[in-house]
Amino acid sequence: MTKRWRRTGAQLIWETLLGEGVHTVFGYPGGAILPAYDAMLDYPIRHILVRHEQGATHMADGYSRASGEVGVAVATSGPGATNMVTGIATAMLDSSPIVCVTGQVGSALIGTDAFQETDVTGVTLPITKHNYLVTEVDEIAPALHEAFYVARSGRPGPVLVDITKDAQQAFTQRRPRLGKVDLPGYRPEPRPPESELQSAAELINRAERPVILAGHGILISGAMGQVRELAERARIPIAMTLLGIGAIPANHSLNMGMMGMHGESWVNQAIQEADLLLALGMRFDDRVTGSLKTYAPNAAKIHIDIDPAEFNKNVRVDVALAGDLSAVLAHLLPVIEARDRSEWLGSIRGFKGDTAVRDIQNLPDMGKLYAAHVIHDIWRMTGGRAIVTTDVGQHQMWEAQYYRHNEPRSLITSGGLGTMGFALPAAVGAKVARPDDEVWVIAGDGGFQMTMCELATIAQERLKLNVAIINNGYLGMVRQWQEFFYDRRYAGTPILSPDFAALARSFGLGGEVVKTRQEVEGAVERARADERTVVLDFQVEKEDTVYPMVPTGARLQDMIRRPGQEADGDPESEEEPVAAGRTVEW
Amino acid sequence: MTPGPDGRIRPHIFVVWVEDLPGVLNRVTSLFRRRGFNIESLSVGPARAPGVSRMTIVVRTDATTARRMLVQLSRLVNVLRADDITNEPAIHHELAMFKIQATGEERTQVIQLAGATGARLVDIAPESVVLEATASPQKIDGLAEVLRPYGIVEQVRTGLVGMARGAASVMTDPDARKPPKRRRASSDESGGSHSV
Repeated sequence: MTKRWRRTGAQLIWETLLGEGVHTVFGYPGGAILPAYDAMLDYPIRHILVRHEQGATHMADGYSRASGEVGVAVATSGPGATNMVTGIATAMLDSSPIVCVTGQVGSALIGTDAFQETDVTGVTLPITKHNYLVTEVDEIAPALHEAFYVARSGRPGPVLVDITKDAQQAFTQRRPRLGKVDLPGYRPEPRPPESELQSAAELINRAERPVILAGHGILISGAMGQVRELAERARIPIAMTLLGIGAIPANHSLNMGMMGMHGESWVNQAIQEADLLLALGMRFDDRVTGSLKTYAPNAAKIHIDIDPAEFNKNVRVDVALAGDLSAVLAHLLPVIEARDRSEWLGSIRGFKGDTAVRDIQNLPDMGKLYAAHVIHDIWRMTGGRAIVTTDVGQHQMWEAQYYRHNEPRSLITSGGLGTMGFALPAAVGAKVARPDDEVWVIAGDGGFQMTMCELATIAQERLKLNVAIINNGYLGMVRQWQEFFYDRRYAGTPILSPDFAALARSFGLGGEVVKTRQEVEGAVERARADERTVVLDFQVEKEDTVYPMVPTGARLQDMIRRPGQEADGDPESEEEPVAAGRTVEW
Repeated sequence: MTPGPDGRIRPHIFVVWVEDLPGVLNRVTSLFRRRGFNIESLSVGPARAPGVSRMTIVVRTDATTARRMLVQLSRLVNVLRADDITNEPAIHHELAMFKIQATGEERTQVIQLAGATGARLVDIAPESVVLEATASPQKIDGLAEVLRPYGIVEQVRTGLVGMARGAASVMTDPDARKPPKRRRASSDESGGSHSV
């Protein structure tokens, strides 16, 4: 005698998630999601209890960016779901595939302003790739199955599935059959026409001064090897966007580094002097173009992206190739000619000039503790192999400048939305995804205080992270803008912080205060050796500035440089670690 | 609205085929709201295929922005297809009803006017008449103009709907793909490619 198949909606949630390969979720229970939580105990699911639902979404995001898999966050209705908004928007702007499962009040109560009722699909409509309100038990599995497909296909993004409490509680005897997702209007993978591929190849082969603009799409598509092959064969220098960091190893001889507002001025100059920009999986954000009127005026532009909505949005392009980058490059590579281009590479070397000497990384500390030195030391001591997560602001730019990432998916940062408080929870997600990798949080004293409650999550889950707080007593990047553009009127930017080390200890974690350059190495060493998560409070120079900088709306090559008097000091005698063991093109 | 690099601001007519599901209208209009567009008119009704709705949306904008809107519309998961038919040879009509307060001689004039302009008399009450017209927006504007002196007390216009001329065109309903009946849950227990 076989018992007839029978499930509750709550059971189907977990069975569908397991079918999608999910084993860990980040969540917080509450009334409307209680049936799902109750059922969870019967399935092999690791639940990580967060301290705030924003943390759950950032963790799912960090998990996704570290692993390439879909991250999952769970919350209850009303405040549980609205707390997710910042994390969902963060994932949306950075094309990160996450699925948020939220409980909703019973379907009979919808629209009555019931306790903890919010129109969550309405609230998240503009910040999700797609969302679902599920009121029937038989729709739960198909909606979740579709959600995973939509989240990870095409240009990835967050998808929210809001499930009413009665749908979770209801029984069904219909076994869901989840085959290929059938979405007639959804075309995630466009293919560029052959003629456009031809035009692109001709432009590339003809170009004398080409530059590759390497973006996040390379990582998402997994096209790292192909981009290298393209660059090496055609000898094309590469500039990276913030989210493109790691797509090409920092020590690759053709990799110039980061472009844009806080990129190196000579990298920006190369872009401005180029006769061809080959934009790969990037979107010409205002932070990388500077003034659009004067952007790369002599360059033809080829744009390869999976999302056709990005074409001609900010910058007019000559050839637009819509498609998965890896698939497009597979068609393009066979017709790309090998070239020398040493003249162009030589000019770029000329642009670079004395930049390295002016770089604070190579300046003496003069008894002060500079953020750049801290990050440089962390990079050196971790062999450049750690996964680093950052918030937004000065520390984020210093990290991008001084931590040299050679591995894909090793920098996890909030680029598009610029979310403070992202780094710590994102690091939790990254550590859960890749438990054997060393994970560092680099955060400012402002952003860290936004989500530091997740230290309790870290303690409860016994996760091993290393946290470096770049503590300068200001909301540093805003202070920097006030310094440059608001006559040094520091409105609302001085910020008082708790004793972060003592705070960490109160959670049962390690904590240490670092005030001088000499202490950095020892503190980093002890933190890495400790089994617990350790918070290092680096009390750095208060009014330090991220150089160079393109002021908003200025031409890309017109950068504010580090003042000369500081640059007059002798470069440190310490070996130049960047150059060690590679042929430097510039 | 500032004009884009290549064009003057003028009404653009979008025809959008969507899956007939709750919230889809909201998804479409939300896109226009996000970009700060004021929708001039919007009409929605069932398309030929079951489960498919056809929208006609009129927005004043320039050609560059219209192209961008079209791509954005096409990105929506529930949008089957979106076309800008502004420059297509097509019939663009709307339906309008006007209630005119008229008695005596004026009433006779209004009724004659209706006959001359192709409007239909659809209601006669002691103090008023209701005229109905189906025509291009320009013609409706003209009708409203000649009726105004008699005193329009109420008017309603559906907004424009469009259909291409000739047998086949870009505007053929996209129903050949597949019916959007996708929330299937089968009671069949004999397995499947990904059963849970």
